[in-house]
Amino acid sequence: MTPSQIDTAPVYAGSAKKLLLPAWAEVVKITPEAEGVSTFALRFTDPEVQQRYRWQPGQFNMLYVPGYGEAAISMSSDIESAGGLVIHTIRHAGSVTKAASRLKVGDVVGLRGPFGSAWPLESVQGMDVVIACGGIGLPPLRGALYSIIRERARYGKVTLLYGARSPKDLMYPGEYEAWKKADIDVQVTVDRGDETWTGRVGVVPMWFYQFRVDPHKTAVLTCGPEIMMRFVIYEALARRIPSEHIHVSLERNMKCGQGACGHCQIGPYFICKDGPVFPFSRLESFINVEEY
Amino acid sequence: MMNEKILTIGSTVALPKPELDLLLADLRSNGYQTVGPRLQDESIVYKEIEGLKDLPRGILSEQGPASYRTIQTAKDRYFDFIPGSQSWKQFLFPPRHSLFSAQKDGKWQIKENDAPAPHYALIGVRACELAAIAIQDRVFLRPDFYDPIYRARREGLFILAVNCLHPNATCFCVSMGTGPRHQAGFDLCLTEMDDLFLVEVGSELGLGLLAHRTFELPSAFVQTAANQAISQAAGEMGRKMDTHDLPGLLTEHLDAERWSQVGKRCLSCANCTQVCPTCFCWDATDQTDVLGKQTRRERVWDSCFNPNYSYVFGGNTRPNIRSRYRQWLTHKLGQWKAQFDVLGCVGCGRCITWCPVGIDLTEEVAAIRQEVQS
Repeated sequence: MTPSQIDTAPVYAGSAKKLLLPAWAEVVKITPEAEGVSTFALRFTDPEVQQRYRWQPGQFNMLYVPGYGEAAISMSSDIESAGGLVIHTIRHAGSVTKAASRLKVGDVVGLRGPFGSAWPLESVQGMDVVIACGGIGLPPLRGALYSIIRERARYGKVTLLYGARSPKDLMYPGEYEAWKKADIDVQVTVDRGDETWTGRVGVVPMWFYQFRVDPHKTAVLTCGPEIMMRFVIYEALARRIPSEHIHVSLERNMKCGQGACGHCQIGPYFICKDGPVFPFSRLESFINVEEY
Repeated sequence: MMNEKILTIGSTVALPKPELDLLLADLRSNGYQTVGPRLQDESIVYKEIEGLKDLPRGILSEQGPASYRTIQTAKDRYFDFIPGSQSWKQFLFPPRHSLFSAQKDGKWQIKENDAPAPHYALIGVRACELAAIAIQDRVFLRPDFYDPIYRARREGLFILAVNCLHPNATCFCVSMGTGPRHQAGFDLCLTEMDDLFLVEVGSELGLGLLAHRTFELPSAFVQTAANQAISQAAGEMGRKMDTHDLPGLLTEHLDAERWSQVGKRCLSCANCTQVCPTCFCWDATDQTDVLGKQTRRERVWDSCFNPNYSYVFGGNTRPNIRSRYRQWLTHKLGQWKAQFDVLGCVGCGRCITWCPVGIDLTEEVAAIRQEVQS
């Protein structure tokens, strides 16, 4: 993380003197979001940590489930809501996140963070913003969306392109109307509809064929499956959006969050420390190399 | 104390060999755990030593791709071998380290590992090995992050260095600019002669220790002989590597055919990363009982050759061995430079010697260079 990417210096939860020792947090509320996805509201057990903790949309915590290990999970809320609680929307897919699915209100987990770079919300002011995300890629962008809404006048046309496998997999459906009222063009698409679905069917990158973008004043923020991001980037570049205005959030195996354990390297970068949010211009020379 | 008057940092004295015993005893009585080379299982390992009696006396080594042999001679010399698979990394960056344990009794109770870090005195550090420690210093002691386990061990470290006089066939420290002669960074540095050690003082700590020993000023003859021996060693490197624009050569040719060829030979066993004195990747694991009520969280060495290393839900970033070997080499000799402003290789040759199929990184680099130039 570089200071220029973070407006407010993050206040770190965890211990600099003890490797991987987290700050402890209690599960306050669990909200099911979709099939195999739930949102956890967490409060640090140490009030001082709770009071100091600050983060920016796009950053993540290492969430520790005792007995199972840590997983890198983005904060998924508005930075200013939720009474300062730490909000994580988790898909229960791996060993740690499946263990998280068995947590109950009152249980204690560990948190270290915040880590990594944030969405460049200041530098895209004055531009049209296309937020393109798929599946579990929406939660890391939800905070960015709320930050934009709070200062809506500072941005041009803002479009949210969100795709899920099926209508049942859509997250935060109760919020779309409020986003639309805040002048966000909410475009939701699913890979496969069901008998009740009357909306769009198709993949996220397809949107680019149906709408006009002004390449010189459009920024893209994208997060989701790598294959989706690959085609979002392809479509954006094909419309002459400069690669430095296409911002992607990458995911790799992470064990530390501090650029120390080596796992999340891609090219010269440690995704946890130098990312996870990168302008595509920093990645384009090697991102398409197979298995790199 | 006449000794202290004639000694300064940078001065060299002639130390009778038995005096090294007393020097080690002084270190131990000052609270240091003295670790050094021992002959074990027909190889050299680094573990606790008390004195000269524990050192591998009269042992030479012979190395080649996938081959390490010790040879017993009648010589009264202690540092003629080239080290085995182990490096000092295991003392500063322990292969397995307990972070904390937790017990669930209603709520989780956490017990941190508060064991104090040992004060190690490393006995017999080669120039390439000291260069490796300097590289790991950059990895583990960054301005924006430090590894507390490494730092606690590094800060209390005493380094007794040794100049190498008998390089093996897998050595290429000259190519990497790290040896065989020590330049700086040690407390004391030995050059072993048949009947004495020449000892160079590198720090106040080393000076204070040496001042209590009986030594002589070395004759010009001995000093010349030692210098000649080191220069001769520099000319006996078994391997060399052309380091010209190495990061560019590797990171700009990720599609070279050679990656596929070496990928077919490589077993992805991770030996190279475990013996490498600079490889730093680690994993964190929970050792949990069957009831899920007790756990111990540990930091353990990992390797970019392990299948789980790049696993995320949905797949493995590098399922093929070709891409794992490419990741290892392009990192070590390429991206490392961008990350830490130094290459990640010191030319010790361990990865060549301990590779079960004898893959030789100097050969791989040369082959890629040839491929892209042709």
